[in-house]
Amino acid sequence: MKLIFVKRCRRWPYFEDIALSIVQLRWVLGSLALILALHVPYQATWVVVSSALLLGWRYWLALRQKYNPAIKLPGNLILFPLVILAALGVLYTFGGLAGRDASTALFTLLLAFKVMESRSIRDLTLVVMLAYFLTICTFLFSQALLIAILTIIPLLALTTALISLNETAKQASRDALLSLGGRLVAQALPVMLILFVLFPRAPGPLWGVPRDATRGMTGLADEMRPGSISNLSRSDAVAFRVTFQGKTPDPEQLYWRGPVLWDYDGSVWRSSQIESAPSINILRPDSAPISYTVTLEPHNKPWLLVLDMPVKTGSVGFLTTDFQYQSRQPVRSRIRYEATSALQYHQNSALDDSDRTRALRLPAFGNEKTRALARDWAAQTRKPDELIQKAMRLFANGFSYTLTPPPLGASAVDGFLFNTRKGFCEHYASSFVFLMRAAGVPARVVTGYQGGEFNQLGAYMIVRQTDAHAWAEVWIDGRGWVRVDPTSAVAPQRIQSGISSALPADEPLPALARPSLFRRLNLGWDSINNDWNQWVLGYNQQRQSEFLSKITGSKVSRGDMALWLSCLLIVIVGLIALWVLRPARSGFDAVQTAWIRFQNKLARAGLPRLSAEGPLDFAVRAAQTFPASQPTIEMIVELYLPLRYGTNNSTEAVKQLQRYVNELKTSKSGMR
Amino acid sequence: MRLKLAGALPDWSKFLRSTQTSHNIATLDRRHVYIVPSRTGFVFALMIGGMLIGSINYSLNMGYVLAFWLMGLGIVAMLHTWHNLAHIHITPGKAPAVFAGEQARFSLILTENSGHDRSAIGLKTSRKLDAQTSLYCDIAAHDSTEIVLSVESKQRGWLKLERANVFTRFPLGLFHTWGYVETDLHCLIYPRPAPPGLPIPTALQQFHSQGSQATHGDEDFSGLRHYRLGDSMRRVDWKASAREQGLYTKEFEGQGQFVPWLDWETTPGKDTEHKLSQLTRWVLDAHAAGLAFGLRLPGRTLSPAADEAHFREALQALALF
Repeated sequence: MKLIFVKRCRRWPYFEDIALSIVQLRWVLGSLALILALHVPYQATWVVVSSALLLGWRYWLALRQKYNPAIKLPGNLILFPLVILAALGVLYTFGGLAGRDASTALFTLLLAFKVMESRSIRDLTLVVMLAYFLTICTFLFSQALLIAILTIIPLLALTTALISLNETAKQASRDALLSLGGRLVAQALPVMLILFVLFPRAPGPLWGVPRDATRGMTGLADEMRPGSISNLSRSDAVAFRVTFQGKTPDPEQLYWRGPVLWDYDGSVWRSSQIESAPSINILRPDSAPISYTVTLEPHNKPWLLVLDMPVKTGSVGFLTTDFQYQSRQPVRSRIRYEATSALQYHQNSALDDSDRTRALRLPAFGNEKTRALARDWAAQTRKPDELIQKAMRLFANGFSYTLTPPPLGASAVDGFLFNTRKGFCEHYASSFVFLMRAAGVPARVVTGYQGGEFNQLGAYMIVRQTDAHAWAEVWIDGRGWVRVDPTSAVAPQRIQSGISSALPADEPLPALARPSLFRRLNLGWDSINNDWNQWVLGYNQQRQSEFLSKITGSKVSRGDMALWLSCLLIVIVGLIALWVLRPARSGFDAVQTAWIRFQNKLARAGLPRLSAEGPLDFAVRAAQTFPASQPTIEMIVELYLPLRYGTNNSTEAVKQLQRYVNELKTSKSGMR
Repeated sequence: MRLKLAGALPDWSKFLRSTQTSHNIATLDRRHVYIVPSRTGFVFALMIGGMLIGSINYSLNMGYVLAFWLMGLGIVAMLHTWHNLAHIHITPGKAPAVFAGEQARFSLILTENSGHDRSAIGLKTSRKLDAQTSLYCDIAAHDSTEIVLSVESKQRGWLKLERANVFTRFPLGLFHTWGYVETDLHCLIYPRPAPPGLPIPTALQQFHSQGSQATHGDEDFSGLRHYRLGDSMRRVDWKASAREQGLYTKEFEGQGQFVPWLDWETTPGKDTEHKLSQLTRWVLDAHAAGLAFGLRLPGRTLSPAADEAHFREALQALALF
């Protein structure tokens, strides 16, 4: 039996100034340090370091206060100039105080300063609340699976810190606090899941998204200058992922169409402003159309990449006259769209005059040797097919494919065709279109991606920035715009099996572009990430209604959703309540349980056992109060004492004890 | 600066049920436990709201996840906070008598019978939540803790323990849950003793002229008898005790002995309270000197004696006059 102790109770200066224990401070500071660690890859180094130094300073002061209570926290005279200094630092580093990076940096620093002046439980409680908010700021930088999993650690630490702030005894062990924190976080999980699935999603931003939120997004530009695509090829970042509804097409057919570039000024190809009028150029598919779903990574440009040539697209964007699929706003968050393309196609319509003029326009002067060569070819034949053949034959002899071409002079096309003869796809596409235009054939440059890597694990295709490519389109009457890829004349492997097979081993390609064990592991990880992106990060209004209609088999309105949400929440919270409030399984054995039941029974009848009363005295008093039950009470105590304190441990006796406790009657009529 | 609203608001809490001690035990059951979000809870809700708005604006699905998780945490914290307080048994303990002006100490015994540890259970009598009036304790499963509430006593007589407020915010401090306990715990407050100085009245009377059988006095040693509870320490034969012969009380012949009679009529003082104060002072002085004394109040007379019980009886008579 457990003795009943009379303990000293504590006064709890809830709102007083000096109530912080070093343990509580350690929990809060530790949690903050964990969040800072998460911010290291994204945040300016000096912000993280100075915040960490402030936290360290606070802890050091607390350690010294333990031995010398006279030590004070730094006053406003010291802190205020430091805050100003930090704000100036943010202003200098980020060029402003607004925007994603600057405001997160400022928030981090101010929170660290708040810790510096935290003296009471109340201060630290506020710090924990703000730290929860700082945790969510991590997701402004990255929502990757790994970051999401790691965020659970500060969530757990902050919750435990909050428990330690409310634990007045200040003597619970670290493990006890942590296990309670873990239980709370785990019990909250079902509520989160229900809310995540059913909470009606609102579309779009409520207000502007800061401009720097798109920093670090890479992708095709709306212009092509020498070196722009080869630079992109050095990044193994994922551009988009594709799931094909039917069979995956062969690699040499995978031309992902991006910006179409018409205007050349002698060094840079640009796309011009395009009006939306897709009905003018009618595309005739010559092969069965292929349907697929693209999940495009944000790249801060409007291009939505589709296979050459799109015949049907969804409502996410619109088709331009030159078959670019474009979104109305720059793509700033991951986007999913479906499209259907025909890999073989022709156009019956004629090229209108303004387009023909644009497709033939060249700078007034420059690249004279190339112009002369083109005039020479044009004198031999007027047939576009033969002119194309001539150009391809030119590239097939003596040209090489490299990521690091030597620099070209002022006449870039001349320099490339007649001197260096080393170049990347943009050089070939650019000089090919130049040759065609000079020979009188309408032509344009198309940039995009070529190829892709099929991930067997998730049955989808990954297209990386490494696969960025540029090719040409030539107008042939009766057939329309025909794709010509001059790179295929130089490096046919590039088209068939990707960039790594077309480039020598010493070229500066990213690691993932070359086959290796690392790449295989990466494919596995990418597959998980793809699911994560599709199902968790991509769970938006559209996906939500799709998902819910799939489950229910009918269209789900927002009202229904709210109704379901409330019903399910009530059920789930009810279940959690049943679990949390379940009767405790006492740590006592059957004997003690029976005895406690006996005590409780009597306590309910108005006879609690007194603090200093032993079982025997209690039984005597009980027998006096309830004379009708006297024999039962006597039997109970006679059975209990040897079972508890003696050597008797027969199960028979325990059963008897339980039976007597059950039989015990404490009715009022029995009371004296 | 914090606004102090407590005084301006009506005391709405008087409409809430409090649990009564029936058969000397009060249980904070379902019907007697109240719960509201605390100030921290409101800050927490505000923060989640901010998170949600941010997540909608930036289409941060992980932001949604964290905000929803914290919402869940709030709900779970509510259950745990309630669970931490509900079904605690409260038994009134002792409330030893004190003199007016001293701290009356009421002891309440909190018993845990449900089989799970309770942490940071607070107890207070005033409406304010502050350091002066709130006490906190932990109760282990199937254990008891005694909490002693100090209340300043101002007036003599019976001081009833106000409705006590048992509360907790554990584990996260987001919710404040509480229950009221009405006990019939009374503390006897003796009158505040007058400052010492005035000697015990010398209007002495002969002991046996009162017709008392008692012939014991202070003057001449007449013998030893066995120690009885209440005998003055000054009369214990400590030498005999040191010889390990047991405790004996020395008896003296009181023939012609004078004992002080503390008489209401002859006590100086401008009003009842002053007179009672002075009488209390004398009772204290007489008891300290080990003197037998008698007390005569209008309507009540205590015959002279020197023991502890008599001393307490005299003080109680003065307290309740």
